[in-house]
Amino acid sequence: MTSQTKSEGRIVAVSRGQDMAFAVLGVAVLVLAMSLLAALIIDLMRDGLSRIDLQFLTEFPSRRPASAGILSAWVGTTLIMFVTALLAIPLGVGAGVYLEEYAPKNWMTDVIDVNISNLAGVPSIIYGLLALGFFVYALQLGQTILVGGLVLALLILPIVIVATREAVRSVPSGLRESAYGVGCNRWQVVWRYVLPSARPGILTGAIVGLSRAIGETAPIITIGALTFIAFLPPSPLQGTPPFVNFDWLDSPFTVMPIQMFNWLSRPQEAFHVNAAATGVLLLLMTLVMNGFAIFLRYHLRRSLRT
Amino acid sequence: MNISAPSIASQPGSIVDQKSSAPEGKASLRASVKDLKFWYGKFQALHGVSMPIYDRRVTSIIGPSGCGKSTLLRCFNRIHDLYPGIRYEGEIALESEDVNLVSKSVDPILVRLLVGMVFQKPNPFPKSIFENVAAGLYVRGMRNKSLLHARVEQALRQAALWDEVKDRLNKPAYELSGGQQQRLCIARALAPQPKLLLLDEPTSALDPIATAKIEELIDQLVKDVTIIIVTHNMAQAARISHHTAFMHLGTLVEFGETEQIFTNPREKKTQDYVTGRFG
Repeated sequence: MTSQTKSEGRIVAVSRGQDMAFAVLGVAVLVLAMSLLAALIIDLMRDGLSRIDLQFLTEFPSRRPASAGILSAWVGTTLIMFVTALLAIPLGVGAGVYLEEYAPKNWMTDVIDVNISNLAGVPSIIYGLLALGFFVYALQLGQTILVGGLVLALLILPIVIVATREAVRSVPSGLRESAYGVGCNRWQVVWRYVLPSARPGILTGAIVGLSRAIGETAPIITIGALTFIAFLPPSPLQGTPPFVNFDWLDSPFTVMPIQMFNWLSRPQEAFHVNAAATGVLLLLMTLVMNGFAIFLRYHLRRSLRT
Repeated sequence: MNISAPSIASQPGSIVDQKSSAPEGKASLRASVKDLKFWYGKFQALHGVSMPIYDRRVTSIIGPSGCGKSTLLRCFNRIHDLYPGIRYEGEIALESEDVNLVSKSVDPILVRLLVGMVFQKPNPFPKSIFENVAAGLYVRGMRNKSLLHARVEQALRQAALWDEVKDRLNKPAYELSGGQQQRLCIARALAPQPKLLLLDEPTSALDPIATAKIEELIDQLVKDVTIIIVTHNMAQAARISHHTAFMHLGTLVEFGETEQIFTNPREKKTQDYVTGRFG
């Protein structure tokens, strides 16, 4: 009896020890990773934060670091993100839904499946080369916002497709069966029931993709975006009918990572401060996008199931 | 070998005497299953099942797990067609519609417009209560607001849910309790006035009180609609159904009046099952 109790006590002690050891290890790794990240961000902030003011946002780049701003860069980034989202989200969601709900389960689908997963891992500069050869030279689209948006859309398309498929797959089959059960056709099932339920997951995927796109430099440089640009694209809105115009798609552009890259390659220290400030703003934009995604996801989840 | 009344049947008032609401007289046919065979890929799940489905009666399908009772039920509205590699042979003839529900030439959507189904787990759509009940009506192209409202109210009243939800029709269906959700699913299936109502173990996820409510409801509904129910709960089958089909290993062992199946089965296997010797 006593020996049995002893051995059981020992087992409990060993179990606790194991749990404790793993917990300590986990916390240590977490602290290390977080402090590295924090150091990076704090360093960036210390360099750049003081440089951020309204003038920094409303000035074009300049030879003089003190009066240089990132107006053309953030406008470029915003417009490109707009084009990218407009292309990648409908295409990616469409493709993901097709693959999950419509495509026959055969080897063709499997081949497509494997290739999409692989595409997500292709280095972004390859996409840049593709865009340079195809969009810029073959289709003669030029080094424009449209092409920038296209290449980033291609880049994040696999991410959006994979996220959509995951989200659609996780919709309970009971929901699908009861939707078919009331007499819905496939389109009605997808549009009315599957997509709304999958929306939080799809949204997360889209934002993850866009957050990746916003920081991409290599493909944008490859297609030949300008590094110094002192004018804005034509406004998408205008005072006379039809009130919108699409000339801006055809405009040359720069984006924030390129502006950073450009400033970092200058010898003057003051330009490096500008680069750090741009970095802080880029981080902030990503943060806002992610925050928005979390907010939407929370909101949608709550409206879906209480 | 002839054991006197099995335990379930011996509970007072547990069999036919409760079904006072059943229409009097001889029942007419609503549908007939004729030599129905069904395959999941290479696996044959149904081996030539034939049975009648009587109009405005409750027919229950009982049997041990894996006997094919759900498979049989799911043939009636072709839910199987959502999955690849399945095959039907034989016939489920719907009387008065002159249609073979499992024929390749019959579109499964048409079948589902004729036959309503309620599943094991309550699965309301992530929409409002009203939109849930109206879902089948939207699909049938009904857009007239007042007509929609009338039909939704009628279905909710039929499902004994109206009084509980009439003040919050625009609230999400997920706010309802499990039992209410299942009655909502019944209302959803009833709204388009189906020729047949299929219930696939509708109470297995519910507590006893919610179960009792659903059983009461079935008793009321059968005045207007033909019901087929799959249940693993023999007492339930005995309580609520007029006819019972006992299945085993993909074949129909015995079909008959519920009282006869539970008190005086013709087949030894049926007797063993209803007396709890196997299953």
